[in-house]
Amino acid sequence: MSLYYSLCQYDVLRIPQYIGLENYRELLFEDPYFGISIWNTLVYTILRVPLAIGGSLILAVLANQAVRGIKFFRTVYFLPSIVTGVVLSVIWMWMFNPQIGLVNTALGWIGLPGPLWLQSTAWSKPGIALMSLWGVGGARMIVFIAALQGIPSSLYESVEIDGGGWWARFWHVTVPMLSPVIFLWSVLEIIFSFQVFTEAYVMTKGGPLDSTLFYNLYLYFKAFDDYEMGYASAMAWILLVITLAVTMLQFKLGKRWVHYTGGAPE
Amino acid sequence: MIRISINRTLLKKTTIYLVLVAIAAVLIIPLIWMLSASLKGNEEIFTIPPTWIPKEIHWENYAEVFNRMPFLAYLRNTTFITVLTIIGTVFSSSLVAYAFACLRWPGRDKIFIFVIATMMLPLHVIMIPLFVIFKELHWLNTYKPLIVPAFLGGGAFNIFLLRQFFLTIPRELFDAARIDGLSEWHIYWKIAMPLARPALITVAILTFMFTWNDFLGPLIYLSDQAKNTLALGLALFVGQYQTEWGILMAASIIMMIPMVAIFFFFQRYFIKGFAMSGMKG
Repeated sequence: MSLYYSLCQYDVLRIPQYIGLENYRELLFEDPYFGISIWNTLVYTILRVPLAIGGSLILAVLANQAVRGIKFFRTVYFLPSIVTGVVLSVIWMWMFNPQIGLVNTALGWIGLPGPLWLQSTAWSKPGIALMSLWGVGGARMIVFIAALQGIPSSLYESVEIDGGGWWARFWHVTVPMLSPVIFLWSVLEIIFSFQVFTEAYVMTKGGPLDSTLFYNLYLYFKAFDDYEMGYASAMAWILLVITLAVTMLQFKLGKRWVHYTGGAPE
Repeated sequence: MIRISINRTLLKKTTIYLVLVAIAAVLIIPLIWMLSASLKGNEEIFTIPPTWIPKEIHWENYAEVFNRMPFLAYLRNTTFITVLTIIGTVFSSSLVAYAFACLRWPGRDKIFIFVIATMMLPLHVIMIPLFVIFKELHWLNTYKPLIVPAFLGGGAFNIFLLRQFFLTIPRELFDAARIDGLSEWHIYWKIAMPLARPALITVAILTFMFTWNDFLGPLIYLSDQAKNTLALGLALFVGQYQTEWGILMAASIIMMIPMVAIFFFFQRYFIKGFAMSGMKG
């Protein structure tokens, strides 16, 4: 249905008018914002995905330590992830405030000059990517912890017998044993990052100077501000094709580095 | 010798605690601001320099939340939807994931990519087609559009998650069971499900979080105010009283409490008492 809309001029109020590939032609060859929004989304994805996966993996390993009071720490790490949507964005607008925000105050303590964050074209994207680090204790950490439970302790013991330290244990046991789940998140995080929306919608509205005009935000403006649902549907299908290509590439590469204890899916 | 090793464990423990505390401190600061803002009057929230302890404590922000919406009725609606959604999701997504991970059939991996592809279209675009479909089914203004899909697969995210966990179960275990003449249904229920318990609890917790917080679904499908969920009530609340930040923060903290409680008590089910049994080493 959405695919059919993408071939139409459709303003939601009137019946869709079939116009063939016109939407796609305009998008690919005429619309300057199409390229800008793709660039912004790519930069955001490249900044965010490694931060989010690496951060939550480290957090999961920490939260899996068998020490007294760990349930409390685990809950504290989990807490930020349940703050979502508008409230999350409001908190971070305050955190990133160049004059009174905590981020720049903390940078000041260690003698670093704080950037203007959301008001600067250079720092707005890294700022929004950094926000996601706060929520690393959510779904990703929980899934990593669940996966950590499946690693037999005998594997760690054998590394210790060979004289390996914590790094050897992490790198030669934890990472390969968690690779099915690391793979899961690297596929999902790219899909999600390509669709980043709420943070930019609430905090920056795409600014300054279109530096946070992400693909999905532009799509939303087209659909609900300009009422060009057909055009927006065409954008969505282009996004689907791009995401699908990346995902299929990941599945192909995944065969090389993902280690399934049960044997590779044949 | 013994003394050295005791010192070393002590050192290790101390380091772990230092790191745990440092990270916890950084993560919790924005939440403390949120808590403090929830007790402030509107003028004080954006004062420069910011205050951590409100000069005047406005407990009434919390009372206002309860006054301005039928909290208990919304809580009941939300609980009803959430419980059914969790049951549906855990069973149907594990069944589908089992088929993708443990059974062999032609075209399996290609179809799996299609399942994942369902996550790639932005919600804003599928909203309208979905609405039209549920309208044709005469399901609008009922809870069916929110609950029934959970029983029909439970979403690509959960299927993918459980598939990855099922794939780590040694294949020999299934083959042995098949040789013993167990039915696939039996293998799924008696072998795969118990071994994937941490993953199933994870799916249940994540589904809870998502359903509890979801306001877009209820917003689209429910038109009768009495049927609203908490998250939808809150979202409308934000729209109505947009400038009353203190009350907004108080409302979101009220919303968060059940999620924190559930996480705190359920974490032991995916942490404790699990080992990859059946195949040691």
